[in-house]
Order: sequence, then structure tokens, then C-alpha cells
Amino acid sequence: MILHSLDRKIINHLQGGFPLTENPWDHLSRQLDIPVDEIICRIGRMTSEGVLSRFGPIYNAEKMGGGLTLAATRVEPDRYEEVTEIINAFDEVAHNYARDHELNMWFVIATETPEGIQQVIDRIEAQTGLKVFNMPKQEEYFLELKFEV
Amino acid sequence: MTAIQLAMTETYEIDAIDRQIIAATQRGLPLSNQPYHDVAKQLNLDVKDVLLRMQNMQDKGIIRRIGVIPNHYKLGYKSNGMSVWNIPEEKISELGQLVGSLDFVSHCYQRPRFLPEWPYNLFAMVHGKTHDEVIAKVDVIASLLGNNNRGHEILFSTKILKKTGLRIG
Repeated sequence: MILHSLDRKIINHLQGGFPLTENPWDHLSRQLDIPVDEIICRIGRMTSEGVLSRFGPIYNAEKMGGGLTLAATRVEPDRYEEVTEIINAFDEVAHNYARDHELNMWFVIATETPEGIQQVIDRIEAQTGLKVFNMPKQEEYFLELKFEV
Repeated sequence: MTAIQLAMTETYEIDAIDRQIIAATQRGLPLSNQPYHDVAKQLNLDVKDVLLRMQNMQDKGIIRRIGVIPNHYKLGYKSNGMSVWNIPEEKISELGQLVGSLDFVSHCYQRPRFLPEWPYNLFAMVHGKTHDEVIAKVDVIASLLGNNNRGHEILFSTKILKKTGLRIG
């Protein structure tokens, strides 16, 4: 995909720091030297085209007292579809990816309370008969978002 | 202070109004001239209250950041590899920060090992336009880690089975 230079400028400058003020665009418009209407219009278009998945705040679920983990399991090829269906049926499973490894199914579990994680894992293990590896993050090495286009 | 007490002080207690603001904005802000005014109007709140609460949530880390969220895939970064590394425990903090600071690594976490099946304790998500580009970038990480890397693998995603995004109450 070929991006217009102004789209690129918006993406590179606005992956954070959108002002929390009554007129947030004014400051940005001066900073980027693009009129307010044009910034809004370009973000709207990039969102509808799917270049941007969203515009707004990114929330950190764990800081709100919820539980979050990455879990993995090893599924025999002939049971893959069945197990996918069981695991995806859990509302608490937000993402699920097939990966090319002996541990071939990786999913993110998000629950309202930290204790909820183990309960969901117990239920998945009971329903699938498989061992689930619970790999919560112990430390995060962050990284301001720095995705340059 | 015990670990539990510490964890509790780090968790800011959001109230019902904060939850309303989260529910109204987690799919995005309105693309209008005054987006926070529109959120306030929708929730029957004063805009100053919305701004104050969101500022408070940002200061506490409940809001990580506010801005545009690019779609890697649409921008041509069609390959993502989860690189996993076996790093000595005493080195992981220093080396985790090093790997996390690389511009092609989007997430970098320490996670528990499960011996003997799973010896890896450092996870770094690497994005590239092709598999080969991801492999080349993982090689860069390997050379940076040198002897502290006791083994690594790249797990490419072969299929998205579910993707709903995190939703809060």
C-alpha cells in the first residue's frame, strides 16, 4: 500500500500523545502543519480503509484489576478443528492463533478478576482433555510505540 | 509492604463513571472537532469531568496512550514471528530492555518456563514484510544476545483462529 506523505506524517506523529484537552486538534494542527479538517478527514479515510485499526485510547486491562495471560496447548492435527471450537467458545478468549510449533495453539485469556484466569484454564483443560500452559507476563520491556511508515 | 499490598496500590480503583467512559471510547473516539465534548454529551457528563477522569486514567497507566493504531498487516507487514529465547535469569532484565528497544520488536515480555517442554523465558514479537525479513531480524537479536542466548525459536502464526479485541464491561 502506498501512503500519501501526509498520511504517513499523521501515522508517525500520532501513535500516542493525542491531547486531553477541549480542543485537541488545534495543537496538533499547528504541530503537523495540516488543517484540522484535513487531519480528521485523513484519519477517517485510513480507518475505513483499514490502514488504521482504530483512533482513540488504548486501555490496559490488567491495571483495571482484571486478569490477562497468554496460554498455549498442543493439539493433535485430527482434533484441531474441534479444539478450536471449544476454546473459541469462551468469551474470555480474546485472540487465538495457530502457530507452527509443537505447541500449536496460542491464545490470550482476559478475565474480570485475576482468579478468573485459572478457572478458565481449568475449564478448557476439562473440556479438551489437553494440558494448557499458562504463560502470564512477568515483566514487560516496553517500548513506546515506534512503528514508522 | 507485601507483594499483594503493592499490587493493590498499583491498581487504581475505577468507578462506575470511569467504566462508562471506557465503554464509550474503547472502540475509538468520535472523529469530530471536539471528540471529548461528544463523549461527555453521550454520557450526560461535563466535558471537564471526562477530561479529568481520562487524564487520571492515563497517569495511572490504565490508558496506555491515545492516538492512531496502525494495522501492521495492511501496511505491508504481512509476517509476524513470535521469537522466544532462553536467557539466564540474572540477565533477563538487562537483555529484555535491550531487545524491547529495537524498532522492529513490538512487544517484549518475560514469561515463565515450563521445563522440560518449554525452556524459553523471553518473548519478542517481530514484524516484517516477509518471513525472510523476520528471520533476518531475529538473527540480529541473536547476535546482540551472543552467549546469553541459550537457544531460541521463531513461531510464525499460520492462521488467526479468533480475534475479538479486549472488551471491558
